Amino acid sequence: MQKKVSPYERVKLARNAKRPGSDDFIAALFEDFFEIRGDRAYSDDNAVICGIARFNGAPVSVAAICKGRTIEARIKRNFGMAQPDGYRKFLRCLAQAVKFRRPLITFIDTPGAYPGKSAEERGQGQAIAECLYQMSAAPIPIISIVIGEGGSGGAIALGVADRLIMLENAVLSVLSPEGFASILWKDSARAAEASDVMKLTAADLLEYKIADYLIQEPDGGAGEAPELVINRVGELIKSELTELLKLSETQLLNDRYRKYRLIGTSDGEVCLD
Amino acid sequence: MLNPFAERKLKLNLLQSLRFGGKKTSGTVQRITCGGCKADFEPSALQAVMYVCPRCGFHLQYPVRERLEKLFDADTATEKFKDLAPSDVLNFPGYAKKISETASKTGLPEACICVTGKIGGHTAVCAAIDISFMMGSMGTAVGEKITLAAELAQSSRLPLIIFSAGGGARMQEGIFSLMQMIKTSAAIKRFSDSGGLFISYITHPTTGGITASFASLGDITLAEPGALFGFAGPRVIEQTIGEKLPNGFQSSEFQMEHGFVDAIVSRSDSRAELTKLLSLHSV
Repeated sequence: MQKKVSPYERVKLARNAKRPGSDDFIAALFEDFFEIRGDRAYSDDNAVICGIARFNGAPVSVAAICKGRTIEARIKRNFGMAQPDGYRKFLRCLAQAVKFRRPLITFIDTPGAYPGKSAEERGQGQAIAECLYQMSAAPIPIISIVIGEGGSGGAIALGVADRLIMLENAVLSVLSPEGFASILWKDSARAAEASDVMKLTAADLLEYKIADYLIQEPDGGAGEAPELVINRVGELIKSELTELLKLSETQLLNDRYRKYRLIGTSDGEVCLD
Repeated sequence: MLNPFAERKLKLNLLQSLRFGGKKTSGTVQRITCGGCKADFEPSALQAVMYVCPRCGFHLQYPVRERLEKLFDADTATEKFKDLAPSDVLNFPGYAKKISETASKTGLPEACICVTGKIGGHTAVCAAIDISFMMGSMGTAVGEKITLAAELAQSSRLPLIIFSAGGGARMQEGIFSLMQMIKTSAAIKRFSDSGGLFISYITHPTTGGITASFASLGDITLAEPGALFGFAGPRVIEQTIGEKLPNGFQSSEFQMEHGFVDAIVSRSDSRAELTKLLSLHSV
């Protein structure tokens, strides 16, 4: 019998450094991983990892926003806050996946896009918009997994997918509970209360049909048994990919469009071709 | 540590109050102060000049209905999707009340208005966001209207013009609000792939999830002079980097210099400029 975990406790679990990171998932689930580097325009952003690998014997493209777990890794990866260059590296990865007709698997773990001066100068908003735009119509199967924190636009930039999977203690939200509390109640200390009304847990998002699957974690979170959780994710990717690969491109794209098209419609009646 | 949205909201409120200056009451008529040169005017005097200060050229906040009325050829504009109102998707405490109060105060059903009509003889679909409705935040109904506008433009093979503004997500609609970034971007992508022309017209202030979705996806991006156009709010950035930002950071002019805007178009030129662009794209 699992004890009841509050939404804010899940937020804290989602941020726990013991949790397996995106790089751990990539190392455990794929073979022959070859990392592609740089956006061919400005730099190589270490907050975003992109590459080609073998999954279940077949080539796939892989992309992730990665926080890092040690202090050194966190500094190197800018605490998982991507620059426009990171999103543009991802756009390269996506374009290659489309060109070579490889499925795309993405892992999401970020407090949000980097809110810095250089990021603005290089078009953070435009870079994120372009990711949403291109992912929405990329004719390849896309599976995204939110493994920890899914913070706002900077997270969904890698998350326009045919299947959105969330770990049980992962969260996805419009901003952090601290930020939310501070806007609405002018008091960031009321983050726990904010977490209760925000509906940011995997269970909430599953209920709203924004997430398609929830992967159970052991008591105390994924950090208690990383291998078990990673294997569960691997099994689910395998079975979902098999299903998605059966669909025609048209069917795949229509299903993806419909999935997002129906979020927040007043009557659910939408004309789709 | 970081709290981008709170910072942004503070900034937006501050900017909005600057735009309006203070409303001064002299006799029975409220006067509006220019945010640029601080001169104050009777509202009707500003209305006659599209809320552009006659003394210094500063662009004050322009009510969306008035903007659209001035933009379209006389008697050609028809409002679309008028009945779409915000919905309290999360049953968020106090939100339903806030919606009805805002609607009666502003006379707007939502922050977004959609219209079809003719501009200089060219038929177009147009959507515009009014920041007087909850700072122009993208609730589900705003996302839905932008999406419907793109779909209407696609099915009727018309160009699409969106006057963007607003701070991004609407807190009270949480994750549903966030998902509108994907929905609108996907609709614009389909419209674009069908050969449609999308002109994104940036007005003050355009930030957050609006910038990081449809506002940045135009074939052509125009911006009003001096509009704030960026992703993170200036105060958050200052907090992140620990220094003051230079004047004009994230302004339209800054964004043009950095390659994200094609032209700065003042309000008085907007009709002529849009007519020219529509004409260049009509066969």
